[in-house]
Amino acid sequence: MSASATTVPAVEFRTVSKAFGPTKAVEALSLTIARGEFFSLLGPSGCGKTTTLRLLAGFETPDPGGEILIHGERVTSKRPYQRHLSMVFQNYALFPHLSVERNVAFGLEQRRMPAVGIRPRVRQALELVRLDPDTFSRRMPSQLSGGQRQRIALARALVLEPTILLLDEPLGAIDLKLRKEMQLELKALNQRLGITFVYVTHDQEEALTMSDRIAVMDRARIVQVGTPAEIYENPRTAFVAGFIGESNFLDGRAGGQAGGRWTVRRRDGLSFLIPDQAGLREGTPIRIAVRPEWMDLFLPGQVPAGENSILGTVRDVIYLGETMHVIVDGAEAEAMTVAVRNEGQLIKPLPWRRGDAVAVGWLPEDCQVLEEA
Amino acid sequence: MGRLRRRLLGWLWSRPALQGWTLIAPAGGWLLLFFLVPIGIMVGYSVMRRGIYGGVEPGFTLEHYARFFDPLYLAILRRTLVVSALCTLICLVLGYPVAYLIARSRRWRNLLLFLVVLPFWTSFLVRTFAMIFLFRDTGLVNTLLLRLGLIEAPLTLLYTPFAVMAGLVYSFLPFMILPIYATLERQDLSLLEAAAVLGAPPAARFRRVTLPLSMPGVVAGCLLVFIPALGSFLPSDLLGGAKQMLIGNLIQNQFAAARNWPFGSAASLVVMATVLVGVLAYLRTGHRPAPGMR
Amino acid sequence: MRTPRWLGSIVAVVYFFLHLPLLVLVVFSFNASRFSVEWSGFTLDWYRRILERSDILAGLRISLVVGIVSTALSTVLGTLLALGLARHRLRGRSALESLLYVPLVTPEIVVGISLLILFAALNIGLGVATIIIAHVAFSISFVTVVVLARLAGMDRHLEEAALILGADEWTTFFRVTLPQLLPGVLSGALLAFTLSFDDYVITSFVAGSGSSTLPVVVYGMVRRNIEPTVNAISTLVLVFTSILIYLADRLGRERRAR
Repeated sequence: MSASATTVPAVEFRTVSKAFGPTKAVEALSLTIARGEFFSLLGPSGCGKTTTLRLLAGFETPDPGGEILIHGERVTSKRPYQRHLSMVFQNYALFPHLSVERNVAFGLEQRRMPAVGIRPRVRQALELVRLDPDTFSRRMPSQLSGGQRQRIALARALVLEPTILLLDEPLGAIDLKLRKEMQLELKALNQRLGITFVYVTHDQEEALTMSDRIAVMDRARIVQVGTPAEIYENPRTAFVAGFIGESNFLDGRAGGQAGGRWTVRRRDGLSFLIPDQAGLREGTPIRIAVRPEWMDLFLPGQVPAGENSILGTVRDVIYLGETMHVIVDGAEAEAMTVAVRNEGQLIKPLPWRRGDAVAVGWLPEDCQVLEEA
Repeated sequence: MGRLRRRLLGWLWSRPALQGWTLIAPAGGWLLLFFLVPIGIMVGYSVMRRGIYGGVEPGFTLEHYARFFDPLYLAILRRTLVVSALCTLICLVLGYPVAYLIARSRRWRNLLLFLVVLPFWTSFLVRTFAMIFLFRDTGLVNTLLLRLGLIEAPLTLLYTPFAVMAGLVYSFLPFMILPIYATLERQDLSLLEAAAVLGAPPAARFRRVTLPLSMPGVVAGCLLVFIPALGSFLPSDLLGGAKQMLIGNLIQNQFAAARNWPFGSAASLVVMATVLVGVLAYLRTGHRPAPGMR
Repeated sequence: MRTPRWLGSIVAVVYFFLHLPLLVLVVFSFNASRFSVEWSGFTLDWYRRILERSDILAGLRISLVVGIVSTALSTVLGTLLALGLARHRLRGRSALESLLYVPLVTPEIVVGISLLILFAALNIGLGVATIIIAHVAFSISFVTVVVLARLAGMDRHLEEAALILGADEWTTFFRVTLPQLLPGVLSGALLAFTLSFDDYVITSFVAGSGSSTLPVVVYGMVRRNIEPTVNAISTLVLVFTSILIYLADRLGRERRAR
């Protein structure tokens, strides 16, 4: 097949589709995951990310016409137990009738490893997930907390020393503080052990924190693949811009080009500037996204030269702790959210109050021109 | 061995439908052969001529079904329906309070349930015999009443419609209690609290919230009593004597003493048809949305 | 929302009448008096009588044989059926599910008759084998329904976890699925055994003259001569059944508590 001169990717999907009856769960999906990468599949429920993971694991078969390769080898006809992958399930799927030790040892026993070899490995795996083997080995899953079960599930997967680890929303049922801890631990494990992580989540913060690359999915298709920075700062579609973080959307038509910038005219006559785009012509409909933190508030008329500006009235000021969100009603009846850093409302309060007339300003470079979805 | 197994599994796995059928075939085949086929044969027999030495003889006839229009048999049919319906009603009146109490009690629930379930599983025969023991002329009830001077001669309790009904109710009561309990147990108590806040006193709360929501269980319970009661045989046999013949006894008679297999088959199918009508009616109501508050 | 007092009284009365007959039965199995209900002394004679009567012992033996064999068969078949229905999407599925419920709603007498007809038509002699066949037929549905309920409550991901850890379908079934199902399967088996052991109506039609199960023998005794030996047998059956049901209940409950 396509022999890359350098390294063979850990995972490759080639136009994989999967339909359940009339419903298309995954449509013409292609992606490549490099060795040792922490790769996340991110999207809302029903977007197909879990199905994609299950196809990789072997619990579902792709419809004819698609291929799945692991380390360059076609695995489409291979059963899960032939694929040498490890997996952590959303609800941990620990065997309730087996002790912690037997749970972790399960995969090793399947490989006919002699008992003498199993014990030390189980100990090691438990230590790797920071659980004391002596305390936990004999316990039953029902006696453990959610976080502990999570770690056991991880230990059970890691003890097999896999090259690829699949994780299906493993942190969903854990409380916030512990979740953040585990996110960092998982990332550390990925970097230390060099295992390829394929991670499914609907939590965009989680994906941004841990991943090397993210594939954003919506309605059975991959919408954008990139590093967290690329996804966050250069969203390609309205969906990505809206699903990851917050965005303000503005519409208009391309006017004229001047000095490396295009003018976009709005219906109310106002215009703003965007950077030069390939293939743009006059009259093309344009939609841009601007993140709240890239916008600033000024008194009307005091927006610095060279910046885009829209006039409006403050509708609300929301206290979020780290930031303040100022909701501004613009002239075209859209509501824009401007994020301003909170430097302490008690010592240095924001000057904006409800009803104030303001100008919202932002740099033309910060306009994300979106593909027509 | 392991490799052979894996190859077989791989082959089986690529044909998921075949997997399913392999699992289902033995049991399905058994049920087909020993349930459907016999009933099919029975249908056939019901329209054949009666054989001289029992069994059947070839020849199509509807005489056995026609016999049901004979007043004697119509009476039996009617009596069976009435008795079953009455039994169902009595079980409902007695059983609903029990189910309600069990559902509302927390501490004693398991014990109370077990005490209901226990007779449920006890041999039908044993339970019917217990009734005989109580009701016969030299039985406990009569002896007690005589001793207490309340009567002078033993009451004829056995071999009366009363005894048959008592036996039926006694046997089928758990079948009514358990489904109603299951439905009541699942009820969301916060609904009642909401009703109370809205100003409903206890009686109204029961009438407008609990009762309507328990209807699926009530219907299930009624069916679970009515259907077996239609085909019941032991209570009327042991407790009713020859005088309280129900369809079940009629059928049994045709295969034992009277040796009229075609007629017995026809009678069985009449019972089955009645049962099916009841079940279909239930399935219909099952698909309607659950009754809400008025 | 307290339950009213009078409700408790009604329920107590109902319970009383639900258990009184059985209690009476048990108590009088120890009564030395043969014909009347006058208490004339405690005795174990009636129990001893059981041991002297070869027909009762033969009936017991046959009941146990039939019970064990039919339970084993129906448990295996019913479990396989439940697995097939729950885990595979098949085209004839709803028809099969309806077929499954037919035995549960068919009156016993119709079941017995139809099987008698079948055996007569196929010229099969009535005996222990035909009893076993009949008992399996009505027990399968029952076991299947119980196991299906259990499967519905089982975490699907457990089997997937086993698969990805390297166990093939066969191993997964024995190491993961079966241990999960076992309490339910055993509970269903115990109940199926009870149904078989207690059955009179269906058995009376397919037993033939030489192979009477215990209920058939008891029926004959009840019909002919009411003597306290019947009380004794009934008491023993009651105790035996209660133990089985208690075990089945405990097994069924342990899982639910989790």
